[in-house]
Amino acid sequence: MTSASEGTAGKSPRRISVDLKTLGPALALLLLCIIGFLLNPAFVSEGNLTNLLTRSAFIGIIAVGATFVITAGGIDLSVGSMAAAIAGVMIIVMDNAVETLGTGVPTVLLGCGVAIILGIGAGWINGVLTTKGKIEAFIVTLGTMGIYRSLVTYFADGGTLSLNFEVRGTYRPVYYDSFLGLPFPVWVFIAVAICGWLLLNRTAFGRYCTAIGSNEAVAKYSAINVDRIKTLTYIIQGLCVAFATIIYVPRLGSASASTGVLWELEAIAAVIIGGTVLKGGYGRIGGTILGALILTTIGNILNFTDMISNYLNGTMQGLIIIVAVFLQRSDWKLGKNKKS
Amino acid sequence: MHAETSAPAAIIEAVNISKSFGPVPVLFSVSMDVRPGEVHALIGENGAGKSTLMKILSGFHDPTSGQIRLDGKLASLPPNGAAEKLGVVLIHQELNLAEQLTVEENVFLGREMKKNGFLDRAAMRAIVQKHLDEIGLDILPTDRISSLTIAQKQMVEIVKAVSRNARILIMDEPTAVLTEEETQVFYRQVEKLKRSGVGIVFVSHKLNEVKAIADRVTILRDGQWIDTRPSRDLTPDMMAQMMVGRELSDLYPPMQEADVDAELVLEVDSLCTHDVDNVSFSLRKGEILGFSGLIGAGRTAVFEAICGLAPIESGTIRLFGRDVGPMTVAEARDVGLAYLTKDRKEKGLLLNKKMRPNLTLFALPKFVKNLAIDRKAEEDALKRAIRRFDVRALDPEITVGKLSGGNQQKLLLAKIMECDPRIVVIDEPTRGIDVGTKQQIYHFIAALAAEGVSVVVISSEMPEIIGICHRVIVMREGHITGVLTGDHINENEIMRYAAGLKREELH
Repeated sequence: MTSASEGTAGKSPRRISVDLKTLGPALALLLLCIIGFLLNPAFVSEGNLTNLLTRSAFIGIIAVGATFVITAGGIDLSVGSMAAAIAGVMIIVMDNAVETLGTGVPTVLLGCGVAIILGIGAGWINGVLTTKGKIEAFIVTLGTMGIYRSLVTYFADGGTLSLNFEVRGTYRPVYYDSFLGLPFPVWVFIAVAICGWLLLNRTAFGRYCTAIGSNEAVAKYSAINVDRIKTLTYIIQGLCVAFATIIYVPRLGSASASTGVLWELEAIAAVIIGGTVLKGGYGRIGGTILGALILTTIGNILNFTDMISNYLNGTMQGLIIIVAVFLQRSDWKLGKNKKS
Repeated sequence: MHAETSAPAAIIEAVNISKSFGPVPVLFSVSMDVRPGEVHALIGENGAGKSTLMKILSGFHDPTSGQIRLDGKLASLPPNGAAEKLGVVLIHQELNLAEQLTVEENVFLGREMKKNGFLDRAAMRAIVQKHLDEIGLDILPTDRISSLTIAQKQMVEIVKAVSRNARILIMDEPTAVLTEEETQVFYRQVEKLKRSGVGIVFVSHKLNEVKAIADRVTILRDGQWIDTRPSRDLTPDMMAQMMVGRELSDLYPPMQEADVDAELVLEVDSLCTHDVDNVSFSLRKGEILGFSGLIGAGRTAVFEAICGLAPIESGTIRLFGRDVGPMTVAEARDVGLAYLTKDRKEKGLLLNKKMRPNLTLFALPKFVKNLAIDRKAEEDALKRAIRRFDVRALDPEITVGKLSGGNQQKLLLAKIMECDPRIVVIDEPTRGIDVGTKQQIYHFIAALAAEGVSVVVISSEMPEIIGICHRVIVMREGHITGVLTGDHINENEIMRYAAGLKREELH
């Protein structure tokens, strides 16, 4: 929505500050890349860049879904646990299908199908509990977060679920192979991002999400089926988690209680760094993608340098989140001061 | 200013105030002063700059040029309500109380009394009780704000201001949401404040009220100061003319006779909901049907139920001759029935969005082409709506919250009309908007009816019900108490039904 209205921009000074706001995450990413290059020129090697993009795909895909949920005024804390649970069930299903379907593509397709159904189902549960059950999204997804996490621990009996070795061979290319020089996960990321952008910015559904997050009562009085749209945002989130899991499983070929830990926070952080407003009503898919890239880049840079311990990755990410939101806010104030 | 020599010195004085927001000027060298113990009304059309002037007087905005004088001395008011310490208090239209706190906690918010480091609740409660007794307000200091009526909340705001030793009380349309009775209580309170030497500035669109309680009146038009005069020298008609700058001979359009044989488009039989008891009525094509009654009589509840915004317990609804069950809002819209809320800020418009998404939100499916929103069609619709409804925005990219009330109302009307309804229910069509815009809206409603659209007007303002409706239904406590037509539509009759003094045996 924003990008198009900026196309028809007037000459008022406000417009420029809005532009700055959109550009902020992009500038931050550029700055990070320059720092990375200065610290170690190998940072911009092709190998490292594709690795970086592949790594950001998981969080990025999930964050695209989170953008919808947050734009419509909700929040989903369960995505990390959901990814772990889906990965666990996928592995169990595929392992059990080996006897009937063999170790080839059909088994992998079955696993992917199961993942998608589970993602949609889990999202639907979150959505229905929030809308029909009239429980706050924070509480609902805090609950399902605990449930999904414990389920995967239970399935793995406290240990690790491993994918059948042969199936792993069949499935492996989904993570490790490339198409036109870009790894498959990056293509999935790009596809999800484009679909997400179109959905949020070009369709009635996207407009409804924004309207609901902006003011639910107005949405209701404007003939919008608020419950259905909100539930759909959680289903989209679930679907995105399923996609992320599908490309994540072949990476390690296993799932355990520590799979996807803190992904929900990284996804939400990516959304917020990207300029989406946490209380809803204003969403940016482009920003979210930049946010996901920024988070991964920080970790990547730390791997390249000895100046800061890699263990401080979380600290750096946390600082970036706070600084990003602070900058967005002070930018806003600046615009106001100029006026008066 | 041509102040009379005998008048006491002004407490606060605004001298040649100009204000621009960015490149947009909204006030041009406006002057105004407030003396102790006077009620000074500030009137003007929406967008005339009243709100801006009030905010400058209370320190919420800084003037671009000009001076504020407090007790004759040049002053710079601190921002964000800190001017309260200087005795200048602004009571916002959307009251500024913490809903979950009690009356006592609100009154003392930010300056709690303490004893030994702990809150001295007993002392605070006693003081609040004393103020409540003075006002004659029948609530307890321990009542939660959320459990009070709007009128009571407003009184709490006044108590809060008084307890802070306010010398200047600035009120933005204090009576807009009050019933007749509550307004009388409010007037008495204003009298008391006057006697204690408080200077009161208030904005109102009800010119009779201005005539009744104001001592002086300042009129603004398009950001310009037009005049300041004692109200005894003015009639409501003169005020209206000075505000608008033109003759307002025909506030209401000429009434076109309704066709009593026109087909019935809406028949409601024995409708019951939580707030509505056994309501039956019908509506004809091209008819303007008024719903009158006191606030809370169930008028809004009837139409929220019919339009799918609230659940129906029992009863039948026939639309265009066909029985319809409970509908969703979207289904009602699709058969041509639309409801325009009275609460434009909370339920009508997305205040932080621009005009275009607001305009098309209700009828959005109409703008979808190949699964995507057709922006071109949206832009065209906005241009059409701005022309058709005379929406005046200095910058079309402005967020809707920055539009004046009248322009918001016109945009909301445009939003609802975007789906071309055949029946449109307009709840309080002119709440809080100026007389010029009112006139435009009345003419628009009349034109709709002439085109064959049926219009239901729910209103607490009796003159407009009388001025534009073919037939009037009066409700009280969830029931219909009377149906008036022709010459029977007058204030006296409506009031008797609304107050429960008279009741028609229906059916």
